[in-house]
Amino acid sequence: MSLVSIKDVRKSFGSVEVLKGVSIEVGRGDVVAIIGKSGSGKSTLLRCINGLETYDAGCISVDGIDVGKTRGNLRDLRRNVGMVFQQFNLFPHLTAAENVMLAPKVVNRESAHITKALAKETLAKVGLSDKADSYPSQLSGGQQQRVAIARALAMRPNVLLCDEITSALDPELVSEVLRVVERLASDGMTLILVTHEMRFARDVGTKLVFMHQGKVHEEGPPKPLFASPGTPELAQFIGMQH
Amino acid sequence: MTYKLQFAELLPYWDVLLHGLIFTIVLTIVSTIGGIAVGTAGAAARTFGPKWLDPIVAAYVEIIRNTPFIVQLFFIFFGLPAAGVKLSETAAAFLAMVVNLGAYSTEIIRAGIEAVPKGHLEAAESLAMTRMQILRHVVLKQAFQKIYPALASQIIIVMLGSAVVSQISAEDLTYAANYIQSRNFRAFEVYLVVALLYLLLAIAARAVLRGIGRVIFPKA
Ligand SMILES: Nc1ncnc2c1ncn2[C@@H]1O[C@H](COP(=O)(O)OP(=O)(O)OP(=O)(O)O)[C@@H](O)[C@H]1O
Ligand SMILES: [Mg+2]
Repeated sequence: MSLVSIKDVRKSFGSVEVLKGVSIEVGRGDVVAIIGKSGSGKSTLLRCINGLETYDAGCISVDGIDVGKTRGNLRDLRRNVGMVFQQFNLFPHLTAAENVMLAPKVVNRESAHITKALAKETLAKVGLSDKADSYPSQLSGGQQQRVAIARALAMRPNVLLCDEITSALDPELVSEVLRVVERLASDGMTLILVTHEMRFARDVGTKLVFMHQGKVHEEGPPKPLFASPGTPELAQFIGMQH
Repeated sequence: MTYKLQFAELLPYWDVLLHGLIFTIVLTIVSTIGGIAVGTAGAAARTFGPKWLDPIVAAYVEIIRNTPFIVQLFFIFFGLPAAGVKLSETAAAFLAMVVNLGAYSTEIIRAGIEAVPKGHLEAAESLAMTRMQILRHVVLKQAFQKIYPALASQIIIVMLGSAVVSQISAEDLTYAANYIQSRNFRAFEVYLVVALLYLLLAIAARAVLRGIGRVIFPKA
C-alpha cells in the first residue's frame, strides 16, 4: 500500500484551476522529486498533503488518514507529515535546540529529558551539534535550513515534504543541505521534494514527477526520464535548466 | 519685578508629596500590568479569536482611542453610579487607566502579531501545533519583541496622563500639588517641583522599561 496516495486532486484559486486532476502514489522509502515550471502547481500540491491548503475534489491520504476528511484531527495527520520550507521559517526568538524541541514539548508533551535527547540526536543528524545554542540570526542560511530539517525530524514524521528548500540559499550553501537530504533518503526516509536541483532529482530521486499546467505531465524513474524525456515539454524544461 | 522662590514652604508638606508620588507610581505599575493583560487578550481576540469577537473588541478600541481620557474617567466615576456601579476615587482611577491603556496596547500588540511572518505560522501549523500553542509559543514573544519600544512609549504617555485622575480627587502626585498650593499659595514652587518629579519619574520609568526589555529579550 502507498504511504501517500494522491488521486485526481483538483484545486482552484477563485476561477483559476491550479491543480487539474493530479494523481501520484508514494511508497514507503520513496524519494519523489517534483519538477516543473513556476506556477505549475507544485507548492500547492505539496501544501495540500499536510492540509495547509484545502483541495476541491479528489482524495489525498497519508498512512491511511484521509486528509480531506480530517477536520478535527488534521493535527494527527501533521504529526506524521513533516514540512521544510524555502524560507526556513525558524522561530527567531528561540535557539536552534529550542526550535527543535518546541513541537515535541508542546504537541507531544514529551519530558524535558526526551526533548533534549531529540534535539541532540536530530541536530547531530544535520551536522549542527555545535550550534544548539545559537539563534537563527547567528546561523548561515544553510545552517538555518538544516535546523529546520532537524525540527521537522524531531516529530519523527513518516514522510517529509520539502518545498524548494535550497532555492533561497547562496549557491555555495546548497550542497550542505542536499547532503543532509541525501543522508535521510539513504536512511529510508520517505521524501517528497519540489526542487530545481536537476542533478539531485536524478541521482537521489527514486521517482520523478514533471508537473505542467496543473497536471502530472510525465512520471517515472528519474534516470531514464532525464536521458530520454517522453514529451517535448519535459525535454524543453530539462534543457532550460542548463 | 522679581519673585523670590521659597521652596522651604513646601517642606511641611513632604509627606503629602510622597504619598502622591507613591500613588502615581503604583497607579502606573498596576495599570501597566492590567493594561497589557487587557491589550494582549484584545489583540489575541482580534487576530486568533472567533470572528464574532472582532467587532466587539474593535468597538472598544475605537471608542477609547477617540474620546478624551478625562471623559472616560468622569464616565466611570460620575456616570456609572447611575447604572448602579459605585466606585471609590481610587478604584475609578485604576479602572480608567487599565481600560485606556488596554485599548491602546490592543492596537500596538495587534500590529506586532500581524508583523509575524505568515511562514512562521505555517511552520508551526505543520508541526501540528494548535492555534493557542502557536499564539503562545511562536507569536506573542516575537510580537512583543517587535513592539516593545512602542509599548514602552505608550506606558510613559499613560503615566503622565494619569495626572488627570486628580480631577476626581484620586490622591496622585498632581492632587498633592493642588492640595499643597491651595494651602501655602506657592503655586510656582509647587508645580515646579512636581513637574520635576514627573520628569524624574519618566526618566526612571524609561530606564526600568529598558532594563526589563534587556532581560526579557536578551537578543533584541
Ligand atoms: N493563495 C493563493 N491565492 C491565489 N492564487 C494562488 C495562491 N497560491 C498559489 N496561487 C496560484 O496558483 C498557481 C500555482 O502556484 P504554485 O505556488 O503551486 O506554483 P509552483 O509550481 O510552486 O511555482 P514556483 O515554482 O514559482 O514555486 C500560480 O499561478 C499561483 O499564482
Ligand atoms: Mg512553489
